[in-house]
Amino acid sequence: MSWDTQRSGAGPVDSELVSLDAAELARRIHAREVSSVEVTRAHLERIEAVDGPAESGVHAFLHLDADGALAAAGAADRAIADGGPVSPLAGVPIALKDNLTTTDMPTTCASRILEGWRPPYDATVVTRLRAAGLVPLGKTNLDEFAMGSSTENSAFGPSRNPWDLTRIPGGSGGGSSSAVAAGESPLALGSDTGGSIRQPGAVTGTVGVKPTYGTVSRYGLVAFSSSLDQIGPCARSVLDAALLHEVIGGKDANDQTSVSAPLPPVVEAAQAGARGDLAGVRVGVVSEFSGEGYHSGVLAAFTDAVRVLGELGADVVEVSCPSFAYALPAYYLIAPSEASSNLARFDAMRYGLRVGDDGEHAADEVMSLTREAGFGAEVKRRIMIGTHALSAGSYDALYGKAQKARTLIVRDFTAAFETCDVLVSPTTPTTAFAIGERSDDPLAMYLADLCTIPSNLAGNAALSVPCGRSADDGLPVGLQVMAPALADDRAYRVAAAYEAATAGSAAGPRIPELRALETSR
Amino acid sequence: MTATVESAPYTVEEVCEHFDPVMGLEVHVELNTDTKMFCGCANAFGAEPNTNICPVCLGLPGALPRVNGTAVESAITIGLALNCQVRERSGFARKNYFYPDMPKNFQISQYEDPIVFDGYLDVPLDDGGTWRVEIERAHMEEDTGKSLHIGGATGRIHGADYSLLDYNRAGVPLIEIVTKPIVGAGVRAPEVARAYVTALRDVLRGLAVSDVRMDQGSMRCDANVSLKPKGTEEFGTRTETKNVNSLRSVERAVRYEMGRHAGVLLSGGTIRQETRHFDEQSGTTSAGRPKETFADYRFFPEPDLPPLEPSRDWVESLRAGLPERPWERRARIQTEWGLSDEELRDLVNAEALDLVADTVDAGAPPEAARSWWVSYLAQQANTAGVTLPELAITPVQVARVVALVGEGTLTNKLARQVVDGVLAGEGEPDEVVSGRGLAVVSDESALTTAVDEALAAQPDIAEKIRAGKTKAAGAIVGAVMKATRGQADAARVQELVLERCR
Repeated sequence: MSWDTQRSGAGPVDSELVSLDAAELARRIHAREVSSVEVTRAHLERIEAVDGPAESGVHAFLHLDADGALAAAGAADRAIADGGPVSPLAGVPIALKDNLTTTDMPTTCASRILEGWRPPYDATVVTRLRAAGLVPLGKTNLDEFAMGSSTENSAFGPSRNPWDLTRIPGGSGGGSSSAVAAGESPLALGSDTGGSIRQPGAVTGTVGVKPTYGTVSRYGLVAFSSSLDQIGPCARSVLDAALLHEVIGGKDANDQTSVSAPLPPVVEAAQAGARGDLAGVRVGVVSEFSGEGYHSGVLAAFTDAVRVLGELGADVVEVSCPSFAYALPAYYLIAPSEASSNLARFDAMRYGLRVGDDGEHAADEVMSLTREAGFGAEVKRRIMIGTHALSAGSYDALYGKAQKARTLIVRDFTAAFETCDVLVSPTTPTTAFAIGERSDDPLAMYLADLCTIPSNLAGNAALSVPCGRSADDGLPVGLQVMAPALADDRAYRVAAAYEAATAGSAAGPRIPELRALETSR
Repeated sequence: MTATVESAPYTVEEVCEHFDPVMGLEVHVELNTDTKMFCGCANAFGAEPNTNICPVCLGLPGALPRVNGTAVESAITIGLALNCQVRERSGFARKNYFYPDMPKNFQISQYEDPIVFDGYLDVPLDDGGTWRVEIERAHMEEDTGKSLHIGGATGRIHGADYSLLDYNRAGVPLIEIVTKPIVGAGVRAPEVARAYVTALRDVLRGLAVSDVRMDQGSMRCDANVSLKPKGTEEFGTRTETKNVNSLRSVERAVRYEMGRHAGVLLSGGTIRQETRHFDEQSGTTSAGRPKETFADYRFFPEPDLPPLEPSRDWVESLRAGLPERPWERRARIQTEWGLSDEELRDLVNAEALDLVADTVDAGAPPEAARSWWVSYLAQQANTAGVTLPELAITPVQVARVVALVGEGTLTNKLARQVVDGVLAGEGEPDEVVSGRGLAVVSDESALTTAVDEALAAQPDIAEKIRAGKTKAAGAIVGAVMKATRGQADAARVQELVLERCR
């Protein structure tokens, strides 16, 4: 993308459009106060202004489809002009994490091994977005195959945190979170395997939701860890996330792990929560999620958030989930195990990169050469860990034991939800760290997902909602709200109440002015 | 690499002087469901390469499997027919290994909890006795694609110039049926192996769940063989022989491996645990390319598919719907039709039993039905180089031909012409009769005219008949049959000739 400083001085209307919530944009588009084409164009201009260059801009997008977006926006405008019923988010732009298959755009998973691959089918969530009239702008950056917490594992370079471009936007879905935080898109889709929607949400000051496992179809999500992966919404408000959640959720015959239970009433819950009453809601503070490794600024913001919840009428209690201590090690056996199998298909035979096909190498050598060249270091590390964990000599001690730990974590949640309606914690122990700070220390990187992983292992609902700024560095902090499986609405209600109670109190703009861009050039 | 072909110096009788053979038979059966195991693609043999494919069976990134309920039903039915228990909760597992024709580089299979287990099959032997083969398990899995290795000496991947991949077969539902070790068969081990696979094929055919065509690969057998010294308990090292593509080959492969193992063991050698390849031409086995690494399939539960929990009601309704066992049906048919053992065996060997039974069910008398299939139709099949079931005529059509003969519309000779017409694709028997104008001339006045004309044409013969030499009537009958193009009833013509000469 070209880098044009003149664009950053775009007109006042455009600046306003890119800072509006999706719900407000939809209202204006449906009332024909503004067209979807105008809204889409404003976002494309914002992207052009702030996303590049890859070396120093936000770099949220790996692929932009301006023509496709404007065509979809035009179609939405016509549907609205025709006066027929349109979905609540019709005409609103959205960004898609680049591990969701799309027929009209490449799907790379930020990996060389899939560079340029054009899937012949749309992911179910993409089909649903299109049917609901949303306007896909492009595909967003991620850690390669969603493995990471910073987007530094992207084969195409990291995305940057719009609030401080020297810092990570979280990961793996840092492209989606930074696009939403930077006003490049009001909405995005992410995928959350160990926190890849929530942790980026926390460090970019946006809302990120991991729905209950099985309530959003995974068909067309390039699998990292099938039993943990869950697609979910990224937005700048709780209501926006809920509106998007309802578009993408629900049973899908193409995903047999999707559940038949009706989707929890998340929009209703977000609207009810915004009225600010949490009387009688039992909020559990997980005592294990504090102490060593947690920034004091994060803990202070969290403590203040718990105080606000109490003021809104919630009954706040402390709960202990001792087995959560096993979550990180269990996760780093289960997820790589499944990944080692899921990623076996990238073998140069049918699609993607092929290296060594020169008549001199046998098929198995071509496979090896391709995987050597096509996979990054973190992906290789996890494939090797997973292959080892599943091998005959270690299965019981590693994969088998991790599954037992998983069962214990489920039990801890079950026990905690007997006395609490929701559980809360900081979303991630620290604010956004500097690009490069942890890239040579995988264990330090893995700690970023300490608080988010238990909900992936248990399959329950969890979200991150902005919770002010850290007094240490002025960077966004996230409040995680966890709810039982199929009770996503509870998390939405609490998050919306908190969001409403703190609206206006947070200093600073809704989206960054990105002055740092100019200084960093 | 050239495969070493070793001789098999010992006969089974010699082998069994020193050893007891132990066998384990693994049979893969392709189900004949309309669609594949985990997607909606057609499950069809012989389509243009890479036409019955989709994101799921190609294993494209992001695609997810969904279980074919009919395949599950077939698996349960097979288990019930093999006296197995049906697991209340079973699941799929991933078997991980790399091969170019395997789209995901893992096969969705079942591992620790196969859907059916612990059964047996009482297998009829040639001498009229039975052998109980115990079934360890039967489980569901998906087939791989097919590789065609071009160039090189062996047609195998090693040494080929290039390979073509066809994924039409990828994801076709398979059932793998595994026996427990078959011990104690002694010199009859090769026969028991063949009889078991034969009986299994017949049972599966009776269930109509598979085409069970070994020649087309819809039924495939791997034979595991080992020898243990007589009187010992511990099994010897086994070899697994693949590419056994006919019932006869099952018997030959087991016999060859028994002899080969004995040769190695008696000369002080040891058997290497390996996969061997059966050669139909020579009747021998040869070692495959030695595996450089121990195969560790890293099985783990398939996270994309929920467990299978077939309801008790469903299982019981499937059990209630099981057909008669083929050999029990055979015994019943033999009694009902009054067949000798030899006649029954001929029918079975010609794959004609079901055809005859269906012809009888369509209304034909058993003797006529049997006669048609084992003589005239068998000849036609032989000439065309196809099996009887492949012949382009149905039991219902044969029964109709038999009925037309019975009611006098056709003579046997005309009936054969009608059958020829059906085989030639001219339509139903009645359509062939009218199309070819083959109905018997039964109009008495027309026949009488024809007889009179024949008598007038050969006055000397007519005179002989009138003189009482009735044998001479044959020449007149022949002339009438010729004149009516064979469509007259010869017996009636004979009567008319004698009448007119009285």
